[in-house]
Amino acid sequence: MRIELGHRSFVCHAHALDFARNLFASCIVQRLELNWKTKLCLFSSIEIHLIPSCSLLNFPLIIGRMIRFILLQNRQGKTRLAKYYVPLEDSEKHKVEYEVHRLVVNRDPKFTNFVEFRTHKVIYRRYAGLFFSLCVDITDNELAYLECIHLFVEILDHFFSNVCELDLVFNFHKVYLILDEFILAGELQETSKKAIIERMGELEKLE
Amino acid sequence: MEQLKTIGRELAMGSQGGFGQSKEFLDLVKSIGETRSKAEEDRIVLHEIETLKRRITDPDIPKRKMKEYIIRLVYIEMLGHDASFGYIHAVKMTHDDSLLLKRTGYLAVTLFLNEDHDLIILIVNTIQKDLRSDNYLVVCAALNAVCRLINEETIPAVLPQVVELLGHSKEAVRKKAIMALHRFYQKSSSVSHLVPNFRKKLCDNDPGVMGATLCPLFDLITIDANSYKDLVVSFVTILKQVAERRLPKSYDYHQMPAPFIQIRLLKILALLGGGDKQASEKMYTVVSDIFRKCDSSSNIGNAVLYECICCVSSIYPNPKLLETAAEVISKFLKSGSHNLKYMGIDALGRLIKISPDIAEQHQLAVIDCLEDPDDTLKRKTFELLYKMTKSSNVEVIVDRMIDYMISINDSHYKTYIASRCVELAEQFAPSNHWFIQTMNKVFEYAGDLVNVKVAHNLMRLIAEGFGEEDDAADSQLRSSAVESYLRIIGEPKLPSLFLQVICWVLGEYGTADGKYSASYITGKLCDVAEAYSDDETVKAYAVTAFMKVYASEIAAGRKVDMLHECQSLVEELSASHSTDLQQRAYELQAVISLDKHAVENILPSDASCEDIEVDKNLLLLDNYVQQSLENGAQPYIPESEHSGLSNISNFRSQDQHEASIHGLRFEAYELPKPPVPPRIHAASLEPSTELVPVSEPSYSRDTHQVETAASISDMGSSELKLRLDGVQKKWGRPVYSSSSPSTSNSTTPNTVNGVTQVDGAVNVNSKTRSTRDSRKPQVEISPEKQKLAASLFGGSSQIDKRATSANHKVTKAGIHAPEKAQAPKAAVVSNQVTVEKTNHQPSPDLLDLGEPTVASTTPSVDPFKQLEGLLDPTQISVTANHGAVGTTESPDIIGLYGNASASGQSSSSEISLTTNRDDVNFTVGLVDATVSTAHAGTTLPTQFPKGLNPRDSLEKDALVRHMGVTPSSQNPNLFRDLLG
Repeated sequence: MRIELGHRSFVCHAHALDFARNLFASCIVQRLELNWKTKLCLFSSIEIHLIPSCSLLNFPLIIGRMIRFILLQNRQGKTRLAKYYVPLEDSEKHKVEYEVHRLVVNRDPKFTNFVEFRTHKVIYRRYAGLFFSLCVDITDNELAYLECIHLFVEILDHFFSNVCELDLVFNFHKVYLILDEFILAGELQETSKKAIIERMGELEKLE
Repeated sequence: MEQLKTIGRELAMGSQGGFGQSKEFLDLVKSIGETRSKAEEDRIVLHEIETLKRRITDPDIPKRKMKEYIIRLVYIEMLGHDASFGYIHAVKMTHDDSLLLKRTGYLAVTLFLNEDHDLIILIVNTIQKDLRSDNYLVVCAALNAVCRLINEETIPAVLPQVVELLGHSKEAVRKKAIMALHRFYQKSSSVSHLVPNFRKKLCDNDPGVMGATLCPLFDLITIDANSYKDLVVSFVTILKQVAERRLPKSYDYHQMPAPFIQIRLLKILALLGGGDKQASEKMYTVVSDIFRKCDSSSNIGNAVLYECICCVSSIYPNPKLLETAAEVISKFLKSGSHNLKYMGIDALGRLIKISPDIAEQHQLAVIDCLEDPDDTLKRKTFELLYKMTKSSNVEVIVDRMIDYMISINDSHYKTYIASRCVELAEQFAPSNHWFIQTMNKVFEYAGDLVNVKVAHNLMRLIAEGFGEEDDAADSQLRSSAVESYLRIIGEPKLPSLFLQVICWVLGEYGTADGKYSASYITGKLCDVAEAYSDDETVKAYAVTAFMKVYASEIAAGRKVDMLHECQSLVEELSASHSTDLQQRAYELQAVISLDKHAVENILPSDASCEDIEVDKNLLLLDNYVQQSLENGAQPYIPESEHSGLSNISNFRSQDQHEASIHGLRFEAYELPKPPVPPRIHAASLEPSTELVPVSEPSYSRDTHQVETAASISDMGSSELKLRLDGVQKKWGRPVYSSSSPSTSNSTTPNTVNGVTQVDGAVNVNSKTRSTRDSRKPQVEISPEKQKLAASLFGGSSQIDKRATSANHKVTKAGIHAPEKAQAPKAAVVSNQVTVEKTNHQPSPDLLDLGEPTVASTTPSVDPFKQLEGLLDPTQISVTANHGAVGTTESPDIIGLYGNASASGQSSSSEISLTTNRDDVNFTVGLVDATVSTAHAGTTLPTQFPKGLNPRDSLEKDALVRHMGVTPSSQNPNLFRDLLG
């Protein structure tokens, strides 16, 4: 696996699963070595190009712990909401949505709510006919993200008073706004339900 | 009925389109929702795109309308179509003065554009202006866009303002400004001077801002923990306050005080306390407090507990905390929830590094997880097993891994687990025989996913044997290898790499023990070469194997009688397109015609491990060169001076290199052909140099190495000589217990891996295992599992195990009870909500009965199945839901019932439905009655705070009916409360 760090490239022998972990460490080294003035910077500007033979892994990723994307899909795989916190090509987005849906839709409800997805992990939760999926780093605290999904649904439930899929279908733009108050730049920015509902209330007043 | 219908209509009208959208848009959403195929959806969307394209360019559209168009664009994009024609309009909308439109504009651009889009430059100006706005909502909207859209070049344009906003009076703005700065910091190094701001904001009096500050701080500390050691006390204090519920109640989640902030703080503490005793000591109290306070019955409580374990396992170890952590882990593992088991396994993997013994008491739980049908859990468990592999349990673990490897199709994970198997087998192999068997399996099933290097290591192992002066054992090993290969060779579709190994071994040792005749072996090889006729490498290996077999025959003084099919194969190959194959074929023919003495010199038997001395300077040619020069030949011009000429002169030797690189890595004596004198095959040394680093745990660098190896052989003599010096020693297989004490590599596997046990340990363990097995009837747990546990976890004592197994059972039973108690409650709650809804329902449009066209077309998905919420997976809840649905839809019962019962049948005839109707109503009523009487007490309190709900849902229902979306349409889930 070859990793390109700007104009430099190095061979990384890590396997995908150890990959993020190892790379994280090596990036730190690289950065120190390259010093602050170089165009490269940890996290966002490091793009990894994998040799095509590892076709499963050719998912350009950004290093750092953050939420990569959030998907709301129904059982048929229709996307009800999709928010990406990493830049992805449109075609790539479709592939991601398709793959994630396939991964989660047929899982036994008794199974874990976590699935490996390429070099990441998808944490999903099903509410009625809707799947909420969150893509995070493999080393992150899965349960916390699972609850993060639940908190989001609680907020939606509060906002739409007894939310159902239909609310989300017709009000997807509001859901996006709520999401923007909840998660920003791939990080949980506000965990107080009250604060978010109040903010949304202020916005609603304008309508 | 008529009256109810009007009420519904009125309600719907009253809320003015309800969702604030025009009928047109709602129709679009609805029609998309009702499509049955992707093609149909695409058609509608394309049509919509056409409409929008036409309308959006209209210069005087009302702003409100424009906003809707933009939202429709977002919708189109969300469905996966290209809406780029409208991007510019979204950008324009951000310029609008009205906040509402501006918000929509910003929302759209953050969804449409990536940070490197050309249009960004048009937004930057607006963002700058908005960041200065008096209205904090405008600022917030702009900051949201900043986080997503500002790229490295545009950071300076907004940076000063964002920094200024850190002191804004509204906490929401401060928080977003922090996140924006965090993003800048990730993107560019130019903001590193602002890092102190993060420290300052940690003391913000709003917990939300403080919580947000932890994100950038976490990143900063990940990179350089040492500069933040001074903050340990602050973090500990904050964590303490959070745990003591000093934050506002609104941050509570499921009775836990600000759990997400706790988790973040624990992560930071884990980083800061890593390997730092002093810092860690400050944390012990607070962490143990949290351990105590956490509510282990909720998911979030367990999430915090898990984070505590992670923290404990990475800071300087504290025995008491480790003990608590181990207790929590055992709770996780004994839980019935897969999620918790998963977390438990993961946590165990973390803790095992510090206290390796803790796995023992959980052996049965681990085995349960290993046998679980859930792949995620299984893989996590393999991860754990990998971490706890020792020479005593390697056989069981690797066997398990291989079994799993065989069962999966995912080539990515297959490669992964194959490399893990190889790694473990190489490190801990108890015997060479086992190693060979294991490698055979890995090759057979993972095939070409295995690294080439593994094959070479295997060949070398067979060639070298134990590395001791124990020839009997060596030859026994070889003949067992030969035998196993002769057995496997007949199987269809073996991977190329494996065939190469097989050919090599058969060629080298096939006839060595005299059990098999040369013609038998060559016949087999011939079959291989023919069966895999498009694989040149395999053919090359096969031909070389012939050569070796015949050479040993000649050397033994027997007459070579070439099989007819071999002969024809060799003839065919001598006309091959591949020069490599051609050369091999001709070499074979040449070697066979030589006499015994010559053959012994060229191909000495069992000499694949012998060193070959290389005369790099070709001293023996000096005389010849001298003579030629005297005879008037041109002196040699070095390559650098005369590249064209040298190309030609080097041609031959290069060819040889290529040949040797191609396939013959081990045949050191491969090229002793004129005109190159026998001692000069530099190239043939290359494989041996390449194979040196045995102990290296992973292999993906090998392609690279092949290159270097190749280039080395081309390069000067001194370097090669150097490498060769090391070779002999390194070949002493660090991992497979070779005995020569002089080199560090030849120590026993156990010491290499830092474990002090010596080889004997294996025997000891197997002994204990057998004693345990004999006692197994005393314990109730399935003997197989126990056996597995014993072999996995080796050293635990009998008493220990019985204790844990007993525990295990007790808790299992204990867990079931509360689970069952909870289930009906959840079900009832969900039921109650819907029931209440219906009581007030104006039972809308009977006309809808005409609509259930969809009902019969519903795919095989059972709508009732769909209705099961995640929260209530038990049987009881399903029936409760049954009732609930029935009641909700009661005015619409035909449609629904048609949907439900006729989903299997193709057509829903009106008559059968009406007859069914009574039944349905009846059962619905029945379920309702029983459920509500039985649990009225429990559900009432839950219902009170949601007093408004019936009206809300009523309105929603009326509204959507008004729009023509009926509950009986394709997806009844549309109406299902997500929080059932």
